Amino acid sequence: MSTPTVKEILRSIAAGETRARDWVEQSLRAIREIDGRLKAFLLVDEEQALAAADRIDRAKMYQNAPLRGVPYAAKDNIVTRGVRTTAASRILENYIPPYNATVIDKLQQAAAVMVGKTNMDEFAMGSSTETSAFQKTANPYGEDRVPGGSSGGSAAAVAAGLVPFALGSDTGGSIRQPAAFTGCFGLKPTYGRVSRYGLIAFASSLDQIGPFTRTAEDAALVLNAICGHDPLDSTSSRQPVPNFADGIDRGVKGVRVGIVRHLPEEGLEPGVKAAVDRAIQQLEAEGAEIVEIDLPHMEYAVATYYLIAPAEASSNLARYDGVRYGRRAEASSLIEMYERSRSEGFGMEVKRRIIIGTYALSSGYYDAYYKRAQQMRTLIRQDYERAFEFCDVIVTPTAPTTAFRLGEKLDNPLQMYLNDIYTIPANLAGLPGASVPCGFVDGLPVGLQLIGRPFDEATILRVAHAYEQVRDFAWPKPVLGVAE
Amino acid sequence: MKITDETVSHVAKLARLWLHPQELSQLVPQLNDILEYAAKLQSVSLDGVEPTSHPFHEVNVVRSDVPRESLSREEALRNAPDQDQGMVRVPAVLEGGGGA
Repeated sequence: MSTPTVKEILRSIAAGETRARDWVEQSLRAIREIDGRLKAFLLVDEEQALAAADRIDRAKMYQNAPLRGVPYAAKDNIVTRGVRTTAASRILENYIPPYNATVIDKLQQAAAVMVGKTNMDEFAMGSSTETSAFQKTANPYGEDRVPGGSSGGSAAAVAAGLVPFALGSDTGGSIRQPAAFTGCFGLKPTYGRVSRYGLIAFASSLDQIGPFTRTAEDAALVLNAICGHDPLDSTSSRQPVPNFADGIDRGVKGVRVGIVRHLPEEGLEPGVKAAVDRAIQQLEAEGAEIVEIDLPHMEYAVATYYLIAPAEASSNLARYDGVRYGRRAEASSLIEMYERSRSEGFGMEVKRRIIIGTYALSSGYYDAYYKRAQQMRTLIRQDYERAFEFCDVIVTPTAPTTAFRLGEKLDNPLQMYLNDIYTIPANLAGLPGASVPCGFVDGLPVGLQLIGRPFDEATILRVAHAYEQVRDFAWPKPVLGVAE
Repeated sequence: MKITDETVSHVAKLARLWLHPQELSQLVPQLNDILEYAAKLQSVSLDGVEPTSHPFHEVNVVRSDVPRESLSREEALRNAPDQDQGMVRVPAVLEGGGGA
C-alpha cells in the first residue's frame, strides 16, 4: 500500500516538496490510465481540477487550509454547482445543479480539489453499483466482481489509488459495505454529524455522508473538514465537534469491545468469519476487553429497513415529475407527462422501491407494514442503548461475504438486500459505523465493522487506528489500480 | 397474503408510474418475496411500543423570517425542460383541454 495517504500528501505539500498541482495531475493521470476498465467515474473535470490546484498553489490564504491540495472524488448524488450531477439516474441525466452541497463548500474551504463524480447505484438504491443507469464499476481486486454499493464508484476509486479520499453516502451500509468489498476504510458518521444539504435524498431519516480513505486517521482528517451544524439542514446536529485526529493513537487498552452473542450467521462465509475473529483476537492482545453483548432484534433489521427506506424514498422521489428539472417525456396531458417521465426516467430497482414504499404507506397496509417497522426501529435502537452500557464499541463483520460476481444477485432483489444485514441496524439507530480492512479471502478483501455510541466517532477511529497498526495479513496488489 | 397484478397496478398508479406488462410480471413475484420476508415483523408482539420516525429526539427548527438572497429566476429555470415568460410551462392540466 504505497499510494500516498491524505496525511502524507499534506505533509509533503506543507514541507514544500510538492504542490497541489502535482497531486491533482497524478490523480488525473491515474484515472486516465485505469478508469477505462474500472469505470468508477461518471465525470472527470480535468480543467476545473487543475485550475483549482493552481489557485491553491498561488494564494496565501490556503496555506493553513486543513486539506490543502488533496484531490478527491464525490459520489454523484452530492450536488456540485455547474457540474452535472445525476445520482446515476436517467431522470437526472442532464441536471446541472445551481448550488453546492454543504460538504462540497466545506471541502473547497479546506482547499481539497474535486477531480470528478463517481458511479453509484441509481439514487443509492442497491448494494453492488449495478443499478446505475450508465455503467457498471469493477472491483479493483477482481474485474468480474462488484465493488459493493451503493457508493461503489467512490470505493473503487480510492481502492485503486486514483484518489486518496472520496465521499460516499450511507443509508443502509452504502459506505461500509463497498469499503469492505474493496479494502478501503469507510466511515458513516452519526446521523446529523454531517450536513445532508445537497445530498440527493433517498431515505431522509437514514442518509448520511461520509468518507472513504486508506486509513482511519485520514478519515478523521476528512471528517474534521465536513462535519458540524449547518443552518441549511435542520437535522444536522449541534453536538460539540472534537478534533477527530487528536488522541487517535491512544491505543485500545481498557476499551470494551462488544461482540454480538447469537449474531445472525446465515450466509456468513467461513473465511470472513475467520478474518473477523482474528482481528478481535488482535484487539484483545492489544489490551481491549472483549465483552459479549446482545442485540436481540437484529434479525428483524433487514425487514424493518426494507419497509422504512422505500417508504421514505417513495415520498422523496415524488419530486421527479418532469416539471421543474430532470427528464420530461412528451405527453398530451399533465398526468400522462408525470407517468411517462417517471417510467422512462427510473430504472427497475427504483421503481421496485417506490412501489414497495407506496404500498407500505397506503391506507389499509400502513399499520401492518410501515407502523410495525417504525415500532421495531424503536426496539433496535433500545438494543444498542442497552448494549452500550456494557461496551464502548461493537464489532461484527461488515458484510457476510466478500465481493460477489457482477450479475450474481441482480435478478434476486431479496438476496441482494440480505447482504446488508450487519450494516443496516446502525442506520436505523442513527449510530456511527466504520469498516476497516481485516484480511483477504481468495484475493478479495474482508471488512471488520465497528459501531459506536451516538456522536462517538472518536472511539471507532481510535480502535480502527490501533488495529491498523497491528494487522499483519498479506495485502495483495489490486488487479486494477496504481496502489501497490 | 399474496399481492396481485391488480394491487401492483393500483399502487403504481398512486405513485404515478406506468408499468410495462413485462415489468409488471417481473415485479409481482419479487414484491411477494420481499413482503413475505417483511412478514417476519408480524410475528413479534409490538403492542405499546412507540414508533420511531427519526433516530434522535428532534424539535422543530425555525429561523427568523428575514428575506435573503436566493437563486435568481434565471438560475432556477436553467434546468426546466420547458419555460415561457420566466415560468415553467407544462402540458394541459385538464384532459382534452388545449388552452387551459
